[in-house]
Order: sequence, then C-alpha cells, then structure tokens
Amino acid sequence: MADIDVTIAQWKLVEVGRVVLIRSGPYTGKLAAIVEIVDHRRVLVDGPSTEEKKIVPRHVLPLAHATLTHFVIPQLPRAAGTGPVKKLWQKNEIDGKWAQSGFAKKTERAERRKNLTDFERFKVLRLRKQARYEVQKAHAKLRAAAPKA
Amino acid sequence: MGRLQEYQVIGRHLPTEANPTPKLYRMRIFAPNTVVAKSRFWYFLTQLRKVKKANGEIVSLNVISEKRPLKVKNFGIWLRYDSRSGTHNMYKEFREMSRTDAVEALYQDMAARHRARFGSIHVLKVVEIEKADTIRRPYIKQLLTKDLKFPLPHRSVKPGKKLFAYSRPSTFA
Repeated sequence: MADIDVTIAQWKLVEVGRVVLIRSGPYTGKLAAIVEIVDHRRVLVDGPSTEEKKIVPRHVLPLAHATLTHFVIPQLPRAAGTGPVKKLWQKNEIDGKWAQSGFAKKTERAERRKNLTDFERFKVLRLRKQARYEVQKAHAKLRAAAPKA
Repeated sequence: MGRLQEYQVIGRHLPTEANPTPKLYRMRIFAPNTVVAKSRFWYFLTQLRKVKKANGEIVSLNVISEKRPLKVKNFGIWLRYDSRSGTHNMYKEFREMSRTDAVEALYQDMAARHRARFGSIHVLKVVEIEKADTIRRPYIKQLLTKDLKFPLPHRSVKPGKKLFAYSRPSTFA
C-alpha cells in the first residue's frame, strides 16, 4: 500500500497577538492586533500604528468583521496596554510587512487606479499599448526563429 | 454607548412633622433613560418600603459610568424573573467590557432563552468576578484557558447585492 501523507491544515488562529484586517465599520481596511479574546465571536483589538491615519483605537471587534492575516506579534502579553502593543508593533514591523503583502499591494493599486484623472487613464492606456507591442514583437521573433513543425 | 445606562437614584419619603429627616434610599438601576430609571426606582421601593411616588421624592439622579471600559471583565448577575408559570431566581455569567454591556447581554439572553421581557426581569445584583477560579459557569470558564486559540473554519462571506453569483463562495480563508 502506498504511503499517504496526511498534513494538518494550516489554519490561521484567533489568538492574542494575531494581526487582523478590519473589513467593515469605521476602520475598514486598517490593521489591528488582537489583545484579548472576549468570546468566540468578539475580540478586543488595538491598532497603534505610527502613521496617524492607520491608527485603530482599542475597541471590541466582532470576528465577523475581521479577516485574520498571516502576521502574529509573538509573545504579546494578554490584555497588554496600547503602549506595549505599539512597541511590539514597531519591533515586528507589522506595517512594513503588510505593505509587502500581495493583498496590500493589490488594494493599493486598485485605490490608485480609482483616483486617476481622465488624462492619467489615457496615459495608462498608451503605456499598456506600448508594453504589449514590445511583448508581441519579441514573441514574433521567437516564433520566426523556431523550427517549423 | 449601548441601549442601557446605569443610574444612581436616591430618593426618600417626603418630610413630615413626625419625621422631618426621612431616610434616604439609594439604588443602582439599569434603564434606557432617566424616566424609566425613576419609574423603576419607585417600583422597587414600594415593594421594599412603605414609600410611594405620591408621598416621596427623588433627591438625586446621576449616571454611573464604567471605570475601565477598555478592559474585558467577567460579571456575575443575580436576577429574578416571572415566567408564564412562576417566578424564578437565576445566576448568570457574562464576559463583557462594562456592567451595562453585561446587563444588556442579560436582557437579550433572557429574551432569547425564556422569552422574558424587560418588565418581567429584576436585576438583583451585578458583580465583577475578579478571581478566575470563582467562575461557576462552564461557558465562561472555557474562555479563560491559558493561551486560548481557535481557527475560524468555514466562513461564509455575506453575498453581495447581485441575485446570482458566477462562482461558488469560498469558505476557506
């Protein structure tokens, strides 16, 4: 019989120190760390970012309004105050790591696209055409060089 | 701010010639507004003492606000409620941020489990439980385990406004 490898699914866990993305309410799109678990549906979160507009004040967040991220602040004490959370937040470079993530990049790009002026949209169109032209040129060259089947 | 607030109501019998300095009675009452708070004060006081609204007065009424509204606390609540067939005493525990939140959760819970309304419930006592080993109810005890962690399996995203979706919802996230 063939060996079957059964691996445990890598669930992201609700735990103290887990960084969550807020998906609805006044802090939509901002990050916060779980400071304490209130019950199976709600957690106490705090998002002491260094940037003014990314700050999430300490409040109770329903887990239905949150998405768990891959980041965890290790060894965050339970019910830590905003000061210590801020320190560990900076030490773990949560904001920097988040900016590198695919999700953040994608939303940032979408946001930028949304706020383009008509002329800028036109420039995007021209640049995309130029890029496509170069790709097609290179591709045609390769195709011509390849031996005929 | 939630639906309810905690009020401190102090009232007394009107001064008479026989008793020019009547005793003051103080109550902490959970009510949606001051009118209901005063009404509940007289309701309880007439049950306990020979004072009624017609021969009494409210001396002071003020809101009691939560001392630490950003701390998660465990509350024990003693209550009494009239069901359709009789009166029952109960003890329940809640894990909330404030006393008013706990009492709000209590009214919701009593409405859900026993179809009890505001008027048929007496909140007798609300106490913050500081020691974890004095917690009695298993549904609160389970939240106090060390290094508590759990996944969120099978999450369904709320469907959008569209009637039909072009792909099945993903529940694994």
